[in-house]
Parts: sequence; structure tokens; C-alpha cells
Amino acid sequence: MRAILQLAGFSALAGTLAGPLAGVASAEELAVSVELPKISVAEYHKPYVAVWIARADHSVAANLAVWYQQEDGPEGKGETWLKDMRQWWRRSGRNLEMPVDGVSGPTRSPGQHLVTFDDEGLLKDLPAGDYVLHVEAAREVGGRELVKIPFAWGSDAPSTQTLSGETELGTVSLTLKP
Amino acid sequence: MKAVRYLLAGAAAIVALAGPAQAHRMWILPSTFTLSGEEQWVTVDGAVSNDLFFPNHVPLRLDNMVVTAPDGVSSPVEGGWTGKFRSAFDVKLDKQGTWKIGEAGASYFARWEEDGEPRRKRGSLADLEADGLIGKPGVEVMQASRRVETFVTLGAPSVDALAPTGQGLELVPVTHPNDVYAEEPAFFRFVLDGEPAVGLEVKISKGQDRYRDDQGLVELVSDENGEVSFTLEEPGRYWLSSSVDGTAELNGMQIKAMNGYVATFEVLAP
Repeated sequence: MRAILQLAGFSALAGTLAGPLAGVASAEELAVSVELPKISVAEYHKPYVAVWIARADHSVAANLAVWYQQEDGPEGKGETWLKDMRQWWRRSGRNLEMPVDGVSGPTRSPGQHLVTFDDEGLLKDLPAGDYVLHVEAAREVGGRELVKIPFAWGSDAPSTQTLSGETELGTVSLTLKP
Repeated sequence: MKAVRYLLAGAAAIVALAGPAQAHRMWILPSTFTLSGEEQWVTVDGAVSNDLFFPNHVPLRLDNMVVTAPDGVSSPVEGGWTGKFRSAFDVKLDKQGTWKIGEAGASYFARWEEDGEPRRKRGSLADLEADGLIGKPGVEVMQASRRVETFVTLGAPSVDALAPTGQGLELVPVTHPNDVYAEEPAFFRFVLDGEPAVGLEVKISKGQDRYRDDQGLVELVSDENGEVSFTLEEPGRYWLSSSVDGTAELNGMQIKAMNGYVATFEVLAP
């Protein structure tokens, strides 16, 4: 079915522009599993986490999730520490009006967290090509870690890639299901 | 012999002018350079010291300290405090973008000969006027102007607060000073009285110099556009300084002017 759709797309566009063909992504689902390790310290705060997809030039193709303290807490406004996810802040966060619908969410407890996306939502307009999944975690009075997983969007083969963080992130896996 | 003595006195005068900018370093240091959220505060120190960034000599006076908001509107510092070694004040950041915090001013230097002896005096323009030295025949007056700045960004960086005034030596961002990352090339442009400062010597030094033997100076020279390019290897807080001779106008006369520029900026981890 997928192949037929691509063929249909090709014949419709043939002779006009080759570019829009790249817009026909063939992956239907992208799943990211993020493990937040249990960290035994006297003062534990749940980490801020950002999950995004970057192009080769580091520009952000899609923000998938930003978990942070959205309510004002005893130590002030939660947005104060968004910048501690420094790579995300540089590449995207500082240009966003927070919260972002469908992206912003509250901080999560230690454990495995699964977030899934299909090509109807946030990834609707993502052209096929090579990207890098970024998962960045920053913890108040703690450390900061960034895990990156390169992947090809629009490939016909299902795939799962898993990497393990060392400090603030546990297992991070990316599953693509065409 | 007299000519030699006069020349030596002249050389000493130049050194005296250059001295404070070199040996004692003026700096303004904010508690944070890059912030997120709707509204934030930073606390800022200002000092003239030997070590970066340890106050150990004299405070930077707050009389001429100005805060420029992202919309370009400037206001004086309120509620500051000046101690033995440093001044301190808080700035409320209630607009998104880049804020400039800076001190600028000028001192004047007169030299003349009296009864065959070289004489000199340094002070404000008012001081020299009070002594009748301004416009007096045989008296050479020079100006030493300075600009000491830092930049703080809430949200995304912006450039309106950094618009050059066209007076003295100024930094024009090519790379935004709150957007400098270790291991990545950065570019700053300098203008003198609004024109590209060509061949300008610029020095950059990392803070925390108390904990190393080497000054760690990065020495740069600007190109035909007044631009310097550099790549700093380590994240941290850095001090940039430069000075150049030029001219200034005083009562319709062109006088020699030494223009100094100093900025504190942060190099972020990539």
C-alpha cells in the first residue's frame, strides 16, 4: 500500500517538481522511549526533559516533548530553568512561546516513558530524510545529559535503535514503524 | 636635553592614559547571561581589578551606569550599592530580548610647559575648565573615553539595545555576544565613531585567571570591515578589551582622543 501511494505521488508530481516528492514520508509511527533513572540523592527534583528532531545543520525539524514544571512552585516560575536544557534552548526553546500545545507537559517521575507520534500530528509535514533524535535532560541541583540517535525518516523498513545515557538518562530507544 | 625630557614626559602621559585600561581591568559581571521565562532578575557587579573576575582594587562607580532594554530605551541604575571593591545592583528583566548594561565616560588630560618645566593634570572636563586649562594657549588637552559593557538575554537574543551611538569605540554584533559557543567560530565587529575600526587590536581573556599561571590572552586584529573572528575552546566568562587613538571635538577644536572598549561575555557549552 505504501509503495502504491508513493508511486501515485510520483506520477502526480512527475514533470513538475522533484522537491515535493521528498514531502511524502512513508513512516507512519515514531516512538520514543525515555528512561529516567532513579537517582538517590538527598534533594531530588524530577528532571526537565526535551525531545526533538533536528536536521543535519542542527535546526529543529520538530519538537516532540518538553516536560517541565508548568505551574509556579515554591521556587518561582518553572520556565526559569528551561534554559538549563541548553542545547534545546539554543536551537528551539528560546524562540518558542511556552507552553506549546501537544508538546509541553509536566515533569515525569523516574521510570520508562513512551511517547508516540504518527504522521498525522507533529510529524505531518516532516519530509523524508536524515535526522537526529535529541533527548536532553537537566535536573535542578543535578546534572544534564543529551542523548542523540540519528535516523532516516521515510525509510520502508521498521527499525529500533537503543542508546543508554550515563547519568541523567537511562535507556533511550527510537522505534520507526512504516 | 629638554626636548628629550619633554618626549619622555609625553610617553609617560600616554602610558598613564593607557595604564588603567591595561593593568587594572574594568568589568561589569551579571549573575546570569542567558535566561528563560517571562520576567527575571539579574544581580550585577562592577569593579576595577587586577584579576578577572575578582574584585580586589576599586569599585566601578555607578554614576554613569546605564541599563538599555531590548527596545533600546535606556535608564540609569537605581538602588545600587558601592563598596570598597565593587559596586552591585539588580536589574529587572521585564522585556524579552537582549539588555545592555554599560558604563561610559571620559576623562581629560592636559599637558603644558611652565617656567621650562613640563606640567600635566588629569581630571574631568570641569576640573580642567576650573583650572583655566581648556583653550589656554600652549596647553594640549587629550581625551580618554571608555565604554564598559555586558549583555544579558531573556529569551531569544535581539540587537536593538546594541545599536551603536556613533561615538567612541563600540561593538556591533555579527555573532551576538550572548550567542557565543565554545569550539565554534564567532565574529564581532567594531566601529570607531560609527566607522569600521580597521586594524584594531582586540584582546580576549578568560576569567578565573587567579587559578592559572598563563594570562591566556587571545590577541586579534580587525580586518577591513572592523571584524575580528575567534574560536574559544572553553566555556566560561570572558573579558574583551581594546583601545585605539582617534580624535574628539572640544569647543570646536579637534583634540587627541584615546578610545577604550571593554565587554564581559559568556562562552556557552555547545
